[in-house]
Amino acid sequence: MNVNDVPQEGNCALGSHRKAMYAKDAGGKMVIVASRGSEVDETVTMQAVRRMQALTDDAKARVLAGQSAPLEYWMCACRMDVALLSQVSGIWQWRIRRHFNPQRFAQLPPRLLARYAEALGLPSELLKSGP
Amino acid sequence: MTRIATAFQHRHAAHCESGAAANLMTHHGVKLSEAMAFGLSSALSFAYLPFIKLTGFPLIAYRMPPKFILRGMIKQFQARFRFETFRDPKGGMRRLDELLAQGQVVGLQTSVFWLPYFPEDMRFHFNAHNLLVYGKDGGDYLISDPVADLPQRCSSADLQRARFAKGALAPKGLLYFLDGVGRTDVSAEAVRSAIRRTVRIMLSPIPLTGVRGMRMLANKVSKLDTSEYSLHYVGNIVRMQEEIGTGGAGFRFIYAAFLQEAVQITGIAELAALSERMNEIGDGWREFALRAARMIKGRETFEPQKLGDMLRTQAESETEFFRILKTAVA
Repeated sequence: MNVNDVPQEGNCALGSHRKAMYAKDAGGKMVIVASRGSEVDETVTMQAVRRMQALTDDAKARVLAGQSAPLEYWMCACRMDVALLSQVSGIWQWRIRRHFNPQRFAQLPPRLLARYAEALGLPSELLKSGP
Repeated sequence: MTRIATAFQHRHAAHCESGAAANLMTHHGVKLSEAMAFGLSSALSFAYLPFIKLTGFPLIAYRMPPKFILRGMIKQFQARFRFETFRDPKGGMRRLDELLAQGQVVGLQTSVFWLPYFPEDMRFHFNAHNLLVYGKDGGDYLISDPVADLPQRCSSADLQRARFAKGALAPKGLLYFLDGVGRTDVSAEAVRSAIRRTVRIMLSPIPLTGVRGMRMLANKVSKLDTSEYSLHYVGNIVRMQEEIGTGGAGFRFIYAAFLQEAVQITGIAELAALSERMNEIGDGWREFALRAARMIKGRETFEPQKLGDMLRTQAESETEFFRILKTAVA
C-alpha cells in the first residue's frame, strides 16, 4: 500500500480516533500513517454492531411478550451471548437458558441475581426490571 | 534497577501488544520500533480455529497468541519483565499505584469493553488489550493506549473493571513492568533467527495454521451458502483482518516494514525486494476485504466461491513468499 492509498474515507465507528496503518512513502520507506478509517472497516464493524442490535431487539420483543426474562435482554444489550455470560458468571449455560424462563427468573434468589448483575456490570434492580 | 529519568513518550501504533512492547522498551533506552518488536518476536502468523467461537463465529488470527510479543522481548533483550496477577481487585489497584509512585511505566492487560475512551461501536468483549499507564492525576489514570493517536485518561473504577474482566483470556489484573534490560542493540543473528521462526510457523505442517490454515479457510468459504449467516461469516474474517489493530491487511504491512528495517541490520539486500513483495501480498488481502465488503453492502452479488478463490490465491502467494524468505536468511 502506498501512503496515498491509505484509506481516509472516515469510519463512523472510530469516532474521532485515528488508527495507525503502515504504508510506503514516496521514498519507498514503510511508515506509519494515521488513518481516519475506511469504508471497508465501517461496513464490517457496523454489520457486527447491527447484528447485536438485532439480537437485542428480538430479545426485547420476547421479554415484552412475556416469552423471555429480562436477563436475556440485558445479556444481549451488554453484547454477550450465553457462552460468554457463562464464562464470565461461572453459571452453566443450560442453567442460564433455564433462567430465561420469566417465571423462574422472577423467583431467582438474590445471590444468583447478584452474580448475573456482577457479570453484566449492572445493578441488580435494573436487571430485574424489563427493557 | 535502571530507570531513565526522561518523561514517557506516547507513540501511535497499529497493534496494541507490539506498540506497548516497543514503547516500553524505548522508555528504557532501547531504540525499538513497533515493526521491529513485531518481527523480532516472530509474531506474524495465520490461524483458522473453528473450535474457538467468538460470538458464534470461528477465531481467525493473523498473529501469534497474546503475550507472545512481550515474551519475545525477554528473549531478545534479556529484558527483566515482571508480570503480576491479582486475586483481589483492590490489591491490584494498590500495586499499580505503588509502581506509579516509584516512577514505573506499567503495562496492563484489559478488556476493551470496559474502557470508556474507546468509541462505543468498537467496544467488544475482548480481554487481551494491552495499554501502558504512565501516571495518575487525581482519580484518573494517565494512559498511553498504543492504538490511540493521543494519550487518554481513565477513571479508577473503570480501569479496575477493565483489568478484572472475566471470561476467555481473563486478564486477572495482569500488570507488567520492566526491571531493566540486558542489551539494547539488535543483532543480525537475532533478526535472522526471528525470520526463520516466522517461516517455520507459516509453512508449518499443522493444517490449521500458516498457509495451510488459509487453504482450509478458503475451502470453508467456498462452501458457504448465500444466507445472512454466511455474510456475517465473511464479515467476521474481514473484521479480524482489518479492524482490530493490525496496521492493515492482517499485519502483512507491519511485516513489510520490519523486513525493510531488517535490511540495515542483517545486510541482506534481498530482504528489500521481499519487503516490497510482502507489501503486494498485503494489497491482495485488502483487495479481498474490499470485495467482501462490497458483497456485504449488496453492491455486488454474493459469491462465496469467488472469495474462496481469492483466499486460495493469497495462500499460494504466501507459500511462495516464505519459501524465498527461507532461502534468503538461510
